[in-house]
Amino acid sequence: MSMKKSIVIFLGVMMLTASPVLGAEKIKIATEGAYSPFNYVNPKGDLEGFDVDIAKALCEAMKADCTLVTQDWDGIIPALLAKKFDVIVASMAVTEKRKKAIAFTNPYYYSVASYVVRKESNFPDKAEALVGKTIGVQRATIHEGTIKEMYGDKVTIKTYDTNENCILDLKNKRLDAMIASRPLMAHYIKHHPESGFAFLLGMYNPVHAGIGLRKQDSALVEKFNAALNTIVQNGTYEQISNKWFGESLLKK
Amino acid sequence: MISDLIYDSFPPLLASSVLTIHLTCLSLVIGVFLALPLALGRLSKNRWVSSFSFAYVYYFRGTPLLVQIFLIYYGLPQIGLTFDAYTSALISLSLNTAAYTAEIIRGGIQAVPGGEIESAHAMGMTRRQVFRRIILPQMIGFALPAYGNEIILQIKATSLASTITLMDLTGMARTLAAETYAPLEIFSAAGIIYLAMVMSTSKLVTWMERRWTVYRR
Repeated sequence: MSMKKSIVIFLGVMMLTASPVLGAEKIKIATEGAYSPFNYVNPKGDLEGFDVDIAKALCEAMKADCTLVTQDWDGIIPALLAKKFDVIVASMAVTEKRKKAIAFTNPYYYSVASYVVRKESNFPDKAEALVGKTIGVQRATIHEGTIKEMYGDKVTIKTYDTNENCILDLKNKRLDAMIASRPLMAHYIKHHPESGFAFLLGMYNPVHAGIGLRKQDSALVEKFNAALNTIVQNGTYEQISNKWFGESLLKK
Repeated sequence: MISDLIYDSFPPLLASSVLTIHLTCLSLVIGVFLALPLALGRLSKNRWVSSFSFAYVYYFRGTPLLVQIFLIYYGLPQIGLTFDAYTSALISLSLNTAAYTAEIIRGGIQAVPGGEIESAHAMGMTRRQVFRRIILPQMIGFALPAYGNEIILQIKATSLASTITLMDLTGMARTLAAETYAPLEIFSAAGIIYLAMVMSTSKLVTWMERRWTVYRR
């Protein structure tokens, strides 16, 4: 085979493999990858979790060609605005402040926040128990605001890159308590009974998680809303939710 | 509007730079105190002493500082040693800079001309006197330019403290950027502050170099 011919074949193969689904819309979806069981990277290096399954189901419903990427939480909105990817499916709570920066789809699950402590601390189950204590929280989450609202300067707040590192420090006893999404922590406590963690106080900050997109991409927002509707109607949503949590997270 | 954000972010960023400066200075001081015996150990004729120093330098220069910080902050609690974030950062930064500084000092000592040391001995100086009068002053002159670099690297290395919950300049910048969704403005402001710190340090080192090497001119 001549050199020229093999180059032509090589380029031809490259072009074919570069566009496996000709015509399908290409969408790049970002998730955090450190928020188990909603989104995390498994030991094999693949993304897994509730958010990941939902993202894949939505793409299937839209017949879109999606790629999933990970992005650190505290830079996820700036990165979306900088067009590093097109969509955030990362358990992002819809807030007024975030709505000023980006657009959201309809809610894809409901959640609340709860404080978690080590059982051995034996804190009485009232708000004053945490006064003067050190409370951990993931940076740039809505939960940081919840602590400030409840305790102001009366507690020491430590902020973490990921919720996983926050859990680690509650275990290490650098923290007296932490606050995070209740379904997430319930899943953790159930699967790690040896951690000796327990919920304290009630539930705060009822929120709904939405899929985040750039404001100018309103057509894509509608597409995602339609796809969300589809997977809720055809039972895919419930199947995914049951798989991870044993119940549907679409109930308030 | 963009300039407004940069302007508004300066007060909190400057306040958090205090921690950056604090970590830099303290870790450098501790580092030098650890580095001097390490450098002498590297040059020691005792095999055990020189092997220990070599292994220390080899480990701390051969592994990323971030890994060392995580090892101390997240790793040690597993064997029951829990330091708070500030102490963990200070320990890792000090141990790390000690390794680099030890090599700089060793190089400085080895650069002192052997003839001068021999003459000093011939004049009847004790080993201690030779070290204090001949080796140390010249070593400082030889080591200062390289050490100036190490100081600058150390200022920048402190930014890793933000990964273990410390609110240093980088930690504050990341928090502000996450709150405002304006990383360009916030990190530019933080960059300007780092630049100012590095530039004043390098001016100071140049001035010190000139003072210490007066004898050479």
